[in-house]
Amino acid sequence: MASSDGYVLLALFLVPLGTTLLLAATPSKERAAIVALTGVSSLAMFVMSVYAFTQYDFEGAQFQGVKAWTWVENVGLLGEDGIQLKVGLDGMGATMVLLTGVIILAGTWVSWKIQHRAKDFFILLYIMVAGVYGCFVILDLFFFFLLYETAVLPMYLLIAVWGSTRKEYGAMKLMMMLVAASILIFIGIFGAFSAAGIGTFDLEALYAAEIPRNTQLLLFPMIAFGCGTLGGMWPFHSWSPDGHAAAPTAVSMCHAGVLMKCGAFGIIRLGFQLMPEGAEFWAPGLVVVGIIAALYGAISALRQTDLKLMTGFSSVSHMGYVFLGLGTLNVIGMSGAVLQMFAHGVMTALFFLLIGGMYDQSHDREIPNFSGMARQMPVWTIFFVIAGLASLGLPGLSGFVAEVHIFIGTFRAYPVVGGLAVLTAAITATYLLRMFSQAFFGEFNPRWSGLKEITLVERAGATLLAGTILVLGVWPAPWVDRISTTIANSIPGVSL
Amino acid sequence: VSLDYGLLIPEIILAVTAFGVLGLDAFRRELKTSDTSLAIVAAVGAVVAFAASLLYLDRDPETFGGLIAVDDYTTFFRLLFTAVVFVVILGSFEYVNKNISHAGEFYSLLLLSTVGATFMAAAQELLTAYISIELLSFSLYVAVSLAKKDTRSAEAGLKYVLLGGVASAMLLYGLSFIYGTAGSTSYDEIGAAFTTAAEGEPELAVLVGLALVIAGLGFKASAVPFHMWTPDAYEGAPLPITAYLSATSKAATFALLLRLFGGPLLPLIDEWRWMMASLAVVTMVVGNLIALQQTNIKRLLAYSSIGQVGFMLMALATLSDASSSALLLHMSGYLITNLAVFTAVIAFYNKTGREEIADFRGLAETQPYLAVVITVGLFSLSGMPLLAGFASKFILFQAAASAGYLWLSAIAVIMSTVSLYYYLAVIRQMYVYEPTGDTARWSPSPMAYALTGVLLVGIVVVGLYFGPLYEAADRATSVLFAAAP
Repeated sequence: MASSDGYVLLALFLVPLGTTLLLAATPSKERAAIVALTGVSSLAMFVMSVYAFTQYDFEGAQFQGVKAWTWVENVGLLGEDGIQLKVGLDGMGATMVLLTGVIILAGTWVSWKIQHRAKDFFILLYIMVAGVYGCFVILDLFFFFLLYETAVLPMYLLIAVWGSTRKEYGAMKLMMMLVAASILIFIGIFGAFSAAGIGTFDLEALYAAEIPRNTQLLLFPMIAFGCGTLGGMWPFHSWSPDGHAAAPTAVSMCHAGVLMKCGAFGIIRLGFQLMPEGAEFWAPGLVVVGIIAALYGAISALRQTDLKLMTGFSSVSHMGYVFLGLGTLNVIGMSGAVLQMFAHGVMTALFFLLIGGMYDQSHDREIPNFSGMARQMPVWTIFFVIAGLASLGLPGLSGFVAEVHIFIGTFRAYPVVGGLAVLTAAITATYLLRMFSQAFFGEFNPRWSGLKEITLVERAGATLLAGTILVLGVWPAPWVDRISTTIANSIPGVSL
Repeated sequence: VSLDYGLLIPEIILAVTAFGVLGLDAFRRELKTSDTSLAIVAAVGAVVAFAASLLYLDRDPETFGGLIAVDDYTTFFRLLFTAVVFVVILGSFEYVNKNISHAGEFYSLLLLSTVGATFMAAAQELLTAYISIELLSFSLYVAVSLAKKDTRSAEAGLKYVLLGGVASAMLLYGLSFIYGTAGSTSYDEIGAAFTTAAEGEPELAVLVGLALVIAGLGFKASAVPFHMWTPDAYEGAPLPITAYLSATSKAATFALLLRLFGGPLLPLIDEWRWMMASLAVVTMVVGNLIALQQTNIKRLLAYSSIGQVGFMLMALATLSDASSSALLLHMSGYLITNLAVFTAVIAFYNKTGREEIADFRGLAETQPYLAVVITVGLFSLSGMPLLAGFASKFILFQAAASAGYLWLSAIAVIMSTVSLYYYLAVIRQMYVYEPTGDTARWSPSPMAYALTGVLLVGIVVVGLYFGPLYEAADRATSVLFAAAP
């Protein structure tokens, strides 16, 4: 990746921000203009994301396309290069950028059918996307946190205004839990900056600076829980099922698909890379939290009858794998964690897209109320089965690649936990297959004879997501190469 | 002693304009003056004073007879306060035309209190500082009770003047202790006296003096537990005066605190640091928690401003070059944000005559632009990103953490998060609920549009590109520490 590609990285979050300004200037009545604008903008983001991913050379430097613009320096508490607008990509960032590109494209498509204040919806959605992209490409601690919070900021209104079931409760709970978690990140950043004592928020400089071991031991759990809450980490996951159940389709897609990944990504950026000694000390804690989340989420999902709540708890379970993988502290387990972030993002987005496409017609998400849907909505069912099979880890689909890495890593580090992780996969298979048999097959419930197949736009979005699942499933090398070299080179103290 | 009146031109302009406005009002019938023309004269006076203040940029510090310093610090606050009074005048004339029967007094009191505010920032001597405080306070005592048709206004004025008198007495008593131990009222000589005396145990008189001074000024800044007057005064005062109270009156007190404690009293920092720190903690905790149960928008903003005072006091508790420039940055961002919110609320009040939080129901449908302004402003106050509040709080809290007070910034971040909850309650009324009653769309006045538009841009600029403002703040405060012994 050439240094000039830094402009592409910059454009990744400036394009959605610019789009919000253009949208704000567009009259609300001009639906065609809004659709055109968001269509072009999301396509541009998708193309740039694919470009950034493919251009990243995993045999080259760790951070590529690095570009920095001095923002504020030599004033007050800031020294040389105090705050810079600095972008750069590593293998993990490249993976996450690709994920965001895929999901925002599909998410924009399915949001076109929103009638109520569509313009405001897209403005808020794109502010969130700008924040998400920013997190993945920014190399300055101040801007990282600014963009991280930017991604969370619009969630309240997105859910409270456009959501469904218990939307105000879900929105307020989500917002307050996430912002409360940010308290811990704030403290972690303040502590790390003052302990490093170099007067700059440049992440590369901070990585090289010596942060005293005791400070790292103190601050790492704050970063882990602070960012982990956004990643749906047990025991601070409870906003996630409620929030996802309440959120509108595209928001669930982006939120579970990419925003939660910002949390896990934050743990790597601010935890593992910034405080490696703290990470080494606390890694077993991550394993414990991760396996509890995986089991707890899966068992809770067994009991859910609401499709979205089931998916929400399933997300908690799958994100548990991510923390488990990170805690193994070996390259294969940690690579699995990042792969899982990607794989889970795509399949969850597909789940929410499909649930939304059906719920908009039926206004019902109770699994027992459905039966024989495969006859009424065959295309919908096929996509749903693909997402489900990826979720339960069928070989050839994305989930398998990720989970197999995590399981191997876990067996190497903690064999007993590895056994529990495989058990979790079995529970996952149980609730998914049971849901399939209940809702899709069996005798058709005539109550739903009015349901139509999902629209062409939704099919296009679903195809994009399902295609990504298949590609990662059969040809994971591009992902694995980028992620594993980055992890091996950038995190001190990982074993193979 | 040099008495160069050329140093005081901005204040002279303000004072002359203030009396000019009074004169125009007195001969209203002969000169056919309207309320709006008074506002225009006052606004022009503020602009001219602003322009005149610019002349003092980048000049070597000078003093007017050792009483008033004119340096970058003074210039910073002159620019800030004249800008604030300009915004308040423009934002209020529609309100004044409708609700205030003494427009001349209204505008001249605003201008006179601004003179007091800039002298508070510039004072180099205890009595000058005290007289400046009283100039600001007396103007505001009257201004608060100007809404004569509203009984709450008279009540607010009475409470404010009585409690303000007690605070002034405490402050003056405290100043007399400091004078008694240091032997002078001049900042420079006090600083020199305390530097030599800093060895060994401090005298009890010094401690009592410091405590009384902090209590007295804490009252003016509405720090808990000296905040009792604030919610009533905010609620009873005419809305533009509430805006002004929350802006200039607070900032001027901090300007004075910073010059006094960052200069002559700096040698005693170990004696007063814990007082400031505990005041900061109590203020931010109590202010933000009580704000949670408010139903009136003015009272909500009153308690939220008390919470903000707690954050600002934190900078004094961790006083250093870095934290004082962070304080000025935060204060400027806070003023811009607060004025945006208040200007929007005034425009809302002009249309509806209501000020309960529940009255904002469905504003996103009936007046989406004001809803955006208020939302952005409240998000900025709570420290959400892309907006002024995030950047300035980040720098302010980091400064405290870097000074070794990570626990203090931890409390501040927690309280900042609490504040988000009650701001969201307002935002929820506007966006989540449908309007009741008259659901027709309406438009605020062009002036309200323009003013809030400019302030909105200001909020985003300070939130994203705060470098220039931060550098100005840094240059202003470096004067203090360069002069410190």
